[in-house]
Amino acid sequence: MSTKTPSRLEKILASGNLAVTSECGPPRGSNGDTITKKAEMIKDYVDAINITDNQTSVTRLCSLAACIRLKLMGLEPILQMVTRDRNRIALQSDILGAASFDIFNILCLSGDHQSFGDNPQGQNVFDLDSMHLIQTVRYMREEGKFLGGDDIDRPPRMFVGAAVNPFADPFEIRVPRLAKKVAAGVEFIQTQCIYNLDKFELWMKQARDRGLHEKVYILAGVTPLKSAGMAKYMKNRVPGMDVPDEVVERMSGVPKEKQPEEGIKICVESIQRLKEVEGVRGFHIMAIEWEEKVPEIVEQSGLFPRPKVE
Amino acid sequence: MLRSEQKPFEEILGYLEGENMVFILGCDGCAQASQTGGLPQVLEMKGRLEREGKKITGYKVVDFLCQKALVASALRPLEDRVMESDSVLVLCCGVGIQTSAAMILKPVHPGCNTINLGGSRGEWRGSERCMECGDCLLDYTGGICPLAACSKGLRNGACGGASNGRCEVSPEKPCGWELIYARLKETGRLDMLKKFVPPKAWNKMRPTPEMLSTSVWALEQGDGSIQEGIE
Repeated sequence: MSTKTPSRLEKILASGNLAVTSECGPPRGSNGDTITKKAEMIKDYVDAINITDNQTSVTRLCSLAACIRLKLMGLEPILQMVTRDRNRIALQSDILGAASFDIFNILCLSGDHQSFGDNPQGQNVFDLDSMHLIQTVRYMREEGKFLGGDDIDRPPRMFVGAAVNPFADPFEIRVPRLAKKVAAGVEFIQTQCIYNLDKFELWMKQARDRGLHEKVYILAGVTPLKSAGMAKYMKNRVPGMDVPDEVVERMSGVPKEKQPEEGIKICVESIQRLKEVEGVRGFHIMAIEWEEKVPEIVEQSGLFPRPKVE
Repeated sequence: MLRSEQKPFEEILGYLEGENMVFILGCDGCAQASQTGGLPQVLEMKGRLEREGKKITGYKVVDFLCQKALVASALRPLEDRVMESDSVLVLCCGVGIQTSAAMILKPVHPGCNTINLGGSRGEWRGSERCMECGDCLLDYTGGICPLAACSKGLRNGACGGASNGRCEVSPEKPCGWELIYARLKETGRLDMLKKFVPPKAWNKMRPTPEMLSTSVWALEQGDGSIQEGIE
């Protein structure tokens, strides 16, 4: 398959290899070393690294600055961009800022509602939604123009991604919604964390029935559970998350000190099963504040070493 | 009162594409005062649509369309005519359009944009909310306003945060897009979910000073004289 951008992630996906991405959350402060340390731990085990954008609406060091740090380390960042906090002027401006550092991947998101974070009083911006942001980046890239119609000097060359949640309600619109994002121009997808594999397989089948797996690269999202408490929290408290009872029971069924190990085992088993699902083109490993475990998950899942590309 | 202006006729015709039998609803409250949905405007719209080859199955000007109980009692004698129609065109503010859509199991199309909330000349609204955005998108969303009903105001929802029909922000709050989905399904219009609602022109939410004037504007013309036909 031919590529449209200089993105390393795109090259790996186009070559037919299973891609591996992971994410780093920026710190709640200005210490840039936090990001570089996290990145050092995982850099040889992943093809690209997402930097989250004020996830769960908690104020943090900005995604763009953290991405630049990764770029300066010679790594491949994926700039996460939410539409919650910035209007279309700021979004386009940040896209250009990222492009000026040759950041070649972007993940277009609407973002968690600000009521979850440390500034619930904040303005609900959502000038654009995630669908519009996908269209905006593609427009800036293909047409070389701003939304306002003026020409861009050196347009961004970004591989455009988005998130999907196969588990949110109503289930019937989840695949049509993927189709809408594909029609908007999305090129890769990272899914919400998958714990309910049966439901994911059903969603994937519906996506295949519409041929969507041939139009977009789908990376299956996984998050290792650290403890039974985390499993319960994810099940009950995190919006749109589907953690089946048997997963919670399996975590609760082992002694506390063995739970982290069990969580990694579940994660690796999930990846092994998801590898067999037609249309899954890679994995997005979200080890939340547990980045040091990414290498062993990648190794145990048979995804190491990572392919080399030019 | 909610001041409205009629949408461009071409936009209305676009909504009615493929539909031949149309029922028109007007409002004797704010829309009458705005001269966008009173009896003269309903009759004018009827004539224009008939010239485009549409069959108008009936029309009714309700006093006030923002109140569900009044919509129900006004339409009960006309139920057959409404139900034989392909759709209902509503010449009213965003509240009246949403109330109509909630009460009528037919596709409901907005005929007006809602400009702003002015003073006096009452309204009698229930739970429906209009954000006075000046560019009504209720046609895309089954007559439920996504700006008002979705916590993020997403135009191309739903986001990935809802579970069991509840919004991620609060278990007390229904997911607006789940309501939209249910309404579109009920009225056989799920295809609307495929359409891209473009980025919003928020500048339409900032009306001109002339449009911001309140109770008197409807009684005034450019020369300050009182219009005929308005009490």
